[in-house]
Amino acid sequence: MNVLEFTLLLCSGSLLAGLVGSLTGLGGGVVLVPLLTIFFHVDIRYAIGASLVSVIATSSGAAAAYVKEGFSNIRIGMFLEIATTLGALLGAFIAVWVPTRGLAIIFGVVLIGSAYLSRKPRSAAEREVPQDALATRLRLNGSFPDTQGIRNYNVKNVPAGFGLMFGAGTMSGMLGIGSGAMKVLAMDQAMKIPFKVSTTTSNFMIGVTAAASAGVYLSRGYIAPGLVMPVMLGVLAGSLLGTRILVKAKTKWLRLGFSLVIVVLGIEMIYQGIKGMI
Amino acid sequence: MKTPWTDQKIEEVVGNLLRTGVMLSAVVVLFGGIIYLARHGTEPADYGVFHGEPEELRTVGGIVRYAFSFHGRGIIQLGLLLLIATPVARVAFAVWGFAAERDRLYVFFTVVVLLILLGSLIGSSAGV
Repeated sequence: MNVLEFTLLLCSGSLLAGLVGSLTGLGGGVVLVPLLTIFFHVDIRYAIGASLVSVIATSSGAAAAYVKEGFSNIRIGMFLEIATTLGALLGAFIAVWVPTRGLAIIFGVVLIGSAYLSRKPRSAAEREVPQDALATRLRLNGSFPDTQGIRNYNVKNVPAGFGLMFGAGTMSGMLGIGSGAMKVLAMDQAMKIPFKVSTTTSNFMIGVTAAASAGVYLSRGYIAPGLVMPVMLGVLAGSLLGTRILVKAKTKWLRLGFSLVIVVLGIEMIYQGIKGMI
Repeated sequence: MKTPWTDQKIEEVVGNLLRTGVMLSAVVVLFGGIIYLARHGTEPADYGVFHGEPEELRTVGGIVRYAFSFHGRGIIQLGLLLLIATPVARVAFAVWGFAAERDRLYVFFTVVVLLILLGSLIGSSAGV
């Protein structure tokens, strides 16, 4: 295959990945790495580099739409980004030492885990979370527009959330994904932040987290411009398209179908990793 | 400016900053991509074996030099640098925004995040 054919195929594949990523709410990176390694036989290090860069593009592109609605909490985001960026640096350095088949296996496990987390019914909103001393001192409690006007919320379990965020950052830096599912888990489940605030703030944080490990990847030569070009442009277009469909279409079955696809890809990554094919 | 800086106002400006950064980088990447494809489109594609990118595509200085000598891959990489710089600019802007709100605690937090980001970018592109 020559460069032109490869580029066009990759661009269409990435468009699909971006579409799937935004429709399932898992982000484009989750399907990109399996797509590149399993179907295009790209070395997993190049795949992770390309995915990481695309994650920055989709996160930043989508964030612009979310912030206007007033759901994301910039203070929670900024405070937790200390944890995610440090984790991302650690992850990027770990990625250099882990053998590629090990990366493939870890990736497969994370893939299945994210599909599970995204399907798990979220905890019933706890309306009356008591004020937490640390969260209050850090001024993390906030408000957002609800159907009945402005709703205030309190945040709790700050240290646990901070720790989970460090883990999410490490995953992101090691595998080149946004780890949106784990970020939402930290905010929604541990810190009891309302779901809408959690998802939009998570999206806002993904780009910053990914930027922290991008420097390490660039200097290690993981970011191949000829490969990243079609991937980044395709994913960006796909995810922008996805957000439009999301508004119109009934996505319940679509999401279920895609979650199954992600589980199958995860199993394939683990299998190929064990067999040493990646 | 007469309007006071609130969290919501900061977020709106930040949202636009992010969108502009991403679109600008996409245009640069596309431009570089067209040049790259025009020159190398018929060569065989091979990413199956990891070689690591050459020195001129790994450091900020190298990328800028390579891009300004009109190499397609250099221009793509320059666009990707712009993309990576977008969230960094967003954090830098938040430092300024919290300073305008006179929120010392959050100026401190955002400066920490900014230092981590800059440390990663500058520290690793210095060729360590």
